[in-house]
Amino acid sequence: MSLVLHKPAADRGGPAQPLLIVGGLRKHFPIRGGLLGRNRGAVHAVDGVGFQVGKGEILGVVGESGCGKSTMARLLARLIEPDGGEVIFDGDGVGAADGISIRDLRRDLQLVFQDSFASLNPRMTIEDSVAFGPRIQGLSAAEAMRVAHDMLGRVGLEPSRFGGRYPHELSGGQRQRVNIARTLATRPRLVILDEAVSALDKSVQAQVLNLLLDLKAELNLTYIFISHDLNVVQYISDRVLVMYLGQVVEIGPVDSLYRDARHPYTRALLSAVPSVDPERRTRHSPLTGDPPSPVNPPPGCRFRQRCPHARAVCAAALPEPVEIAPGHRAACFMADPASGYDSSPTEGGR
Amino acid sequence: MSVTGLATSSPAPLAASAVRSHGYWSGVGRRILRDPVTVGCGAILLLIAAAAVLAPWILPADPYRTSMLHRLAPLGSAGHLLGADELGRDMVARLVYGGRLSLMLGTLPVALAFVIGGAIGVLAGFAGGWLNMVIMRSLDVFYAFPSVLLAVAISGALGSGMSNSIIALTVVFVPQISRVAESVTTQVRGLDYVEAARMSGASAFTIIRAHVLGNVMGPIFVYATGLVSVSMILGSGLSFLGLGVKPPEPEWGLMLTTLRSAIYVNPLVAALPGAMIFVTSMCFNLMADGIRSAMDMKA
Amino acid sequence: MTSFVSVENLSVRFHAAKPVHAVNGVSFDLAEGEVLGLLGESGSGKSVTLRALMRLHPDKVTRYGGAVRVDGQDVLGMAPAALESFRGKTCAMVFQDPILAFDPVYSLGRQITETILRHEPVDQATARARALELLERVQVPSARRRYDAYPHEVSGGMRQRAMIALALACRPKLLLADEPTTALDATVQIQVLLLLRELQKEMGMSVIFVTHDIGVATEISDRLAVMYGGRIVEQGPLAEVMRDPRHPYTRGLLASTVTGGMRGRRLEAIPGMPPDLTLLPPGCAFAPRCGLAGDDCRAAVPPLAATGRRQIACIRAEAPCAPA
Repeated sequence: MSLVLHKPAADRGGPAQPLLIVGGLRKHFPIRGGLLGRNRGAVHAVDGVGFQVGKGEILGVVGESGCGKSTMARLLARLIEPDGGEVIFDGDGVGAADGISIRDLRRDLQLVFQDSFASLNPRMTIEDSVAFGPRIQGLSAAEAMRVAHDMLGRVGLEPSRFGGRYPHELSGGQRQRVNIARTLATRPRLVILDEAVSALDKSVQAQVLNLLLDLKAELNLTYIFISHDLNVVQYISDRVLVMYLGQVVEIGPVDSLYRDARHPYTRALLSAVPSVDPERRTRHSPLTGDPPSPVNPPPGCRFRQRCPHARAVCAAALPEPVEIAPGHRAACFMADPASGYDSSPTEGGR
Repeated sequence: MSVTGLATSSPAPLAASAVRSHGYWSGVGRRILRDPVTVGCGAILLLIAAAAVLAPWILPADPYRTSMLHRLAPLGSAGHLLGADELGRDMVARLVYGGRLSLMLGTLPVALAFVIGGAIGVLAGFAGGWLNMVIMRSLDVFYAFPSVLLAVAISGALGSGMSNSIIALTVVFVPQISRVAESVTTQVRGLDYVEAARMSGASAFTIIRAHVLGNVMGPIFVYATGLVSVSMILGSGLSFLGLGVKPPEPEWGLMLTTLRSAIYVNPLVAALPGAMIFVTSMCFNLMADGIRSAMDMKA
Repeated sequence: MTSFVSVENLSVRFHAAKPVHAVNGVSFDLAEGEVLGLLGESGSGKSVTLRALMRLHPDKVTRYGGAVRVDGQDVLGMAPAALESFRGKTCAMVFQDPILAFDPVYSLGRQITETILRHEPVDQATARARALELLERVQVPSARRRYDAYPHEVSGGMRQRAMIALALACRPKLLLADEPTTALDATVQIQVLLLLRELQKEMGMSVIFVTHDIGVATEISDRLAVMYGGRIVEQGPLAEVMRDPRHPYTRGLLASTVTGGMRGRRLEAIPGMPPDLTLLPPGCAFAPRCGLAGDDCRAAVPPLAATGRRQIACIRAEAPCAPA
């Protein structure tokens, strides 16, 4: 269509090169208090996160509030500066001397937020909002508007009917479609969807999920799909990453992870999903208590205070991820035969 | 009366409702026009302003001509509809001419402070971090003084006179407007659509122009409108203290001072300049309220 | 036999620039000790219906129609004093956001104690002891310490538990729950659901549980009422509705809700969007989104017709699947 003017950046690294490689990503937010602003600890929002995303893949990210999934999205988009770690986009280090600049990264990577209303400028018509990105990328006003209309059409909003409207004149589902159009108008290669369908009604959510899958195929996209809804993540993802208190506890292909979760937290999360079968209601809660705060987490495994299987070894060291099945890794001593984990039911000896 | 001279300027942008990008403001205009209080106040202010501007052509009497015969003439005397002051000058003429200086003292400092303070506040709010700290903490120094005292001190230091009064009042309002501008900008800066604009690679300047200004101007403008009455009262106060306008120039605050001694002789005449200050500042305040509620965007 | 709660042709209209027809003729009964799930999307009128049962909408802008009887009392016609004792004593509510239910300047325990004192002729010490007992009962760990905690000092899950304790302070016969688990994390949500189920059984309360989440409704309800456009479109025993939904909207909702085994299939989304409550069509509110709709559907609102224990408001409701 009219998008010949406006192509996505070329595939630089070839199909085998992962689109995104993240290693040791870290962000601590200091908590200051008192008159002199003394440091009273830090929120360990993201603490040594590493993973890869292949081209054309959908990586689901799940976890509870405070697990750092939204902070991670903002770190990847460089909306906030990481304290440490490296991010490699299609073979080029982000911000590295010989790598890709933040500015170029933002050409290739876009973010869709949960709050469809806050994501749109209330004083701009939606076609202007969608045209803004292409305009910044150097298209003329007329070309940018053509791209905007094309994108609005692709997300199912007829530009002649909806283009001149303001965000508050649309429903939540329509607004989220506009956000998707706005995001895709700059022709990114990687889109991070941060709880993008969570606020929508189920019947509308299904429409938007279908749309996301269609657009992914049509425009050759790669998604990182962040959500607290395990059913939706299972539906849409190729691989799934589970976060707990700023760390990756388990990652693997969706089938393997949902069928054979090895980290006790992943298992608890999966069995906490409400049943839709009246004959098979949940009988026991997998965990007790609330997720702890990510402020100054204890040493060792961060899940051990809620973990029914915790032993002395869990407090002594942080478990490293071990491979269980091809591409399926869990950071739990129980999964690692060499860890010295004592599986006897009583408290293990010293 | 002959209001036409001024009336053309304000409704013009509102009339452009056919243009889609003006949709928001035309909506605001429509809501303002539906609110009788705001429209009434606007009309009164327009009337006062028009009379002040057109004074030489519409007024038969000279505001400077004294007459011992008519000293403190009561309301309704022949030739002096609203009486005359302690030197026998016609009150109608003096009140109308006084509106020129008083309105200028009310609006000019606020307009200047709106531009300067708004720019400082938006900059500080958008920059955040240490720059914000430095800017806002230095402005806080001005906050330590009550605004009346600050205005008196500055115009005392600069010397009396109209332009010095305006400078003094501008300095008083800049920190106040900056603070409001900074806080609304800080709010808007954290919203997802500004982050989305950053993601599209836009420069800070472009983001401020396209996404921030439009969304912070409204609240800052409304706040500033409310300051007009404060500015008028402070300006009148400066004149009252002899730091602002010099006699025999007609200015409402100054008139109030000089008529102070006549309060027992002819209280109605003596109260007239005060009434003008009251009505004008009241209208500005009510109008600010009306604009504020008209600008409320339905979520 | 009269039922414990009986709602007859309830309508709720809000007066604004454009009147909002939030609830348009809702009728249902609830037996003692029964749990009814009110399932619907945003704007379906589920929360408005729930609040109407306690007459919580501001009197000035709300026009009620129909009748609501709870435990033999006429709620819509009640005098203010009677209403005050009805709220809290006969009927209590838990909200989605517990921070709104608590006064931020008093400790959690004290507010529960005060509620008991207001409704029952007991002394301070007894009320306090009962408040502590309640906090323990809703699984607030170290209840004695949490008694003196302020609402902002505890986690969301803990606040939600404290609100349940507050609602149960006077052993109400009817508990109204408005999405009480929606804002909670998954592992906390299931704990709170199980707790509510347990307390309901133990105290023999009737519960009306409003939710948009089919899974949550399944975990808690005995009977399910599905709402759309301010009306109940389908009602019946949970297992029957879930196994064999008849109304096209219920079918669509179940089909578009993502669950475990759907991977790789295209979702059957319902086209269009929920209706505008200021501008409801004259006929079936779902007709504009319904594949089966004909002119007769658009002409008049289909009545909620009973077949056995089921009620369906659709003139094209499909025949039941072959029963097992």
